[in-house]
Amino acid sequence: MTERYDVLVVGAGPAGLSAARAAAGHGARVGLIDMQARVGGQVWRHDVARGHASPVPRALTRVIARARIELLARTQVVAAAPGILLVEDPRGARSLQADALILATGARELVLPFPGWTLPGVTGAGGLQALAKQGWPLAGKRVVIAGSGPLLLAAAASARSHGARVLGIHEQASAAAVLRFAGGLWRWPSKASLALLLRAQLAGIGYRCSSVVLRALGDDRVQAIEVDGPAGRQQTECDQLAVGYGLLPNVELPQALGCELENDGAHPQVRTDDRQCTSVTGVFAAGEICGIGGRDAAEVEGAIAGHAAVGEVAAVAALQRRRQYQRAFAAHLQRYFALDSRVLALAEPETLVCRCEDVPLHALDGYLDARSAKLATRCGMGACQGRICGSALAAMGRFPRSDVRPPFFPARLATLGDTNFSADFNPGEVSP
Amino acid sequence: MSGERVSVRVNGIAVEIVSGSSVAAAIAWLGLPSRRSVRGQWRAPLCGMGVCFECRVSIDGVAQQRACMVPVRDGMQVRTDD
Repeated sequence: MTERYDVLVVGAGPAGLSAARAAAGHGARVGLIDMQARVGGQVWRHDVARGHASPVPRALTRVIARARIELLARTQVVAAAPGILLVEDPRGARSLQADALILATGARELVLPFPGWTLPGVTGAGGLQALAKQGWPLAGKRVVIAGSGPLLLAAAASARSHGARVLGIHEQASAAAVLRFAGGLWRWPSKASLALLLRAQLAGIGYRCSSVVLRALGDDRVQAIEVDGPAGRQQTECDQLAVGYGLLPNVELPQALGCELENDGAHPQVRTDDRQCTSVTGVFAAGEICGIGGRDAAEVEGAIAGHAAVGEVAAVAALQRRRQYQRAFAAHLQRYFALDSRVLALAEPETLVCRCEDVPLHALDGYLDARSAKLATRCGMGACQGRICGSALAAMGRFPRSDVRPPFFPARLATLGDTNFSADFNPGEVSP
Repeated sequence: MSGERVSVRVNGIAVEIVSGSSVAAAIAWLGLPSRRSVRGQWRAPLCGMGVCFECRVSIDGVAQQRACMVPVRDGMQVRTDD
């Protein structure tokens, strides 16, 4: 079964919602795909503790409510070719066709391996925030937040609002770098006021710079952590450790579609022109996958992509100044939260790097690329397909992550048995 | 603070939880991990957003579901590794 749209948008966060609204505003038939049950992506994730109140701006949800955009929730893209997607939802698989594809697949967290990081109770920083908003119990729990970037403050505020006792925030960047970052925020008043709000919400919680979690300790779950900071090493008992070293773009889908990528440090991002066109005709990209820039950059790029996908050149031009202004914030963010070499070398030889296949770091010695390491050790071959370990190893300077192949996520056999899968999406497959 | 509640069973144990919560949250209310790794270590959610697959459990007889991506539904039967 194949359905047709004028525009298909993948990802219903700020970029995707904004793209869908812009395209639908010109009368296009838009399909908006997201693997979650609700729209909003990560940054506007619904908090179940807040009942029906949604953090997504009404201007963006209203167009969906008015049925000008068809929302395909809990839907995952399993395979793709330009103009066509094979998707799977809880009911089954189908193909979707569109004249234009807008990719807004967002970002994931960089989690770097360290001794004890596989213990239950250790999560990402944004990860803990996401879990808490989905009803994960935090009341009365002793929580330590660590890693790098402004997301740590948001994670701490979120944990506290869910009743956690936040014992402290450990930022790997130096105090001088954090101060320079904060000092430059006046250029983006909305970010500055958010920072002030977070500071007020975090009153009484210690924020330590040049401070790194060396290890998590415990038998069947985390019971304590060891931190190395300006005051030396110290152990702290806790129930949860939330540690995230910033965000990285989810480029698996654009990569599989053949979109040109560019490397920004260790992690690839999608190259676009100022209309958000990728190197593949009819495929647009917006938001975090074009470089980590935050919600406001994602919203404006999404709008540009939505207008451009239906050929509305004037609307695209009108948004260029806003785009540049928000992209400058992205550069500002990157400059001051660059990762210290210390956090890239926390894993010991016995530390598991690939959590899916339990591959320790020492097993990778001697391999020069991800593919040969994978073939010999199974590193990156598990269910997450190297999304965690591959990105961590790239950050650590071992080797870049290998290409993804369909299915992009583990899929049901019935989905892969769909005749369209081998014909349309897997041209490399040799027929018997 | 919270809305209506639904009841699910995790390894046969009843859990009442706010509607809209994830299966991962229901498991966490019982203090349980979600799976055993290939070397037999206990694992629980890491990313909370469908990327890491550490929260895989069986839901209503369907194996390998990401508990953080599935909202609870009344009467749901969840099984973690044991």
